[in-house]
Amino acid sequence: MQLTELYREVILDHNKHPRNFGRLDPHDGEARGHNPLCGDRLTLTLLRDGERLADLKFEGNGCAISMASASMMTEAVKGRSRAEIEALFRRVHALLTEPGASSAELGKLAALSGVREFPARVKCASLCWHTLNAALASGDATVSTE
Amino acid sequence: MSVVRLHGSHGYDVAALRAQFPVLGQQVNGRPLAYLDNGASTQRPQAVIDAVTHYETHLHSNVHRGVHTLSQLATDAFEGARERARRFLNAASTREIIFTRGTTEAINLVAQSWGRANVRTGDEIIVTAVEHHANLVPWQMLAAATGARLRVAPIDETGQLRLGALQALLNDRTRIVAITHVSNALGSVLPVAQVIEAAHARGVPVLVDGAQAVAHLPVDVRQLGADFYCFSGHKMYGPTGIGVLYGREALLESMPPWMGGGDMIRTVSYESSTWNDLPYKFEAGTPNISGAIGLAAAMDFLETLGIEKAAAHEHQLLNAATAALMRIPGVHVHGTAEEKSGILSFTLQGVHPHDVGTILDHEGVAIRAGHHCAMPLMDLLGLPATARASFACYNTLAEVQQLEAAVRRAVEVFH
Repeated sequence: MQLTELYREVILDHNKHPRNFGRLDPHDGEARGHNPLCGDRLTLTLLRDGERLADLKFEGNGCAISMASASMMTEAVKGRSRAEIEALFRRVHALLTEPGASSAELGKLAALSGVREFPARVKCASLCWHTLNAALASGDATVSTE
Repeated sequence: MSVVRLHGSHGYDVAALRAQFPVLGQQVNGRPLAYLDNGASTQRPQAVIDAVTHYETHLHSNVHRGVHTLSQLATDAFEGARERARRFLNAASTREIIFTRGTTEAINLVAQSWGRANVRTGDEIIVTAVEHHANLVPWQMLAAATGARLRVAPIDETGQLRLGALQALLNDRTRIVAITHVSNALGSVLPVAQVIEAAHARGVPVLVDGAQAVAHLPVDVRQLGADFYCFSGHKMYGPTGIGVLYGREALLESMPPWMGGGDMIRTVSYESSTWNDLPYKFEAGTPNISGAIGLAAAMDFLETLGIEKAAAHEHQLLNAATAALMRIPGVHVHGTAEEKSGILSFTLQGVHPHDVGTILDHEGVAIRAGHHCAMPLMDLLGLPATARASFACYNTLAEVQQLEAAVRRAVEVFH
């Protein structure tokens, strides 16, 4: 396993220049994610338009994998329906944990496939998705990967 | 076999020493393992592995119970380990040596037994800003249960305790001071003797968390004057699941038992019980017999090696590693106290410590990345985490070079 499989250019780029970084105001959904093991923290704010996720932003700090995953996620889910987002999360989760999982139709998110070879880092990549689920499910929540 | 001798460390043959540690010979990710996570847990020499294996193979039985031969042999070995621990700490009596699962259990024992008997609403407990969660949370629990107040003695910019500030916190309401000997996150060696002197002047007992100290500096509990001293086997080349609580006999004598069960009682009726003598009063249930025997072997190992010699060697590695990392642009070293043990906490500008940890692991270098079970300290330093290299007697200057090269690789990966 090469380090460049984990730290691909697109991941390093999103880590250095996270997209949709900051706080959305006004917002109608918010959740905080925390990985107590490594101290990764992020806060998601979002705005719904009926069943669709009209807009979202994230802020926080963490390792390159968690920051890049959150950044790429915000790009991938903006404008999508709840059902589409859930389906996408299932595909990302499979990519992170199941050997041989397909990265088709994942776009940039496919860059996370290298994480699978570093089991200690899977939680870093999935924290933002759990936080998004929590933000969508309720108005305001805190999730933890522990 | 090439023999590496180090400047100024007469007779310190690190190659021969490494040969005693089977785990160190392996490769990780195609590189020679550079095990620099000794602050989390040290490796075991063959002598410790053999002592445990010999016990499991020939001697195992329950202790303090049987009339049969094996039980007597197991009891002799277990009580022999207690006497070994007494000598290791220079305690006055084996009655002062309580075997626990480790440092954490030892501190909880004192907080629950001594604490609940002596701490009341409005009383104060002093800890320091560098405490590991193990020497913080048990006191928070005691404070919550009794209505006592936790006072935190601050540190200076080097990561050293502000002794004067701790002294100023001592007052008529202070019931105990609980302080680490060596900071696991920053490496500072705290002025424990002075703290004890100041606390004793007010009649306040002191508990010392020695988890990061006992393998790296000589500890004499009577010279130090500690009332309680706690440490773990697995951070001093011994097994996991075994540790020691040393307590002054008069204090232990006055304390109620913590856990109830077999071995800790003298008589039991359906209505009530009377307690066994020290140290058994605090050792309910069948103890970790093989762990205690392995721990005694680790103490033999350390004594043969010479803790002061090992410390001098580790200090040389710390200085070399500190200088090497500080040559790398973007590296910041956290913890620069004048008196430091072999712990090097650092961050790399623009690279999260977890990414540093992954990249170093890829280069065969094992370090810790995270909050080091010292979340309040990390908050104080304004850091989510640090990377920490920690040295033991068997590490080498070649491993320091491997560390430096791996950190440079991290810089390269992240441009």
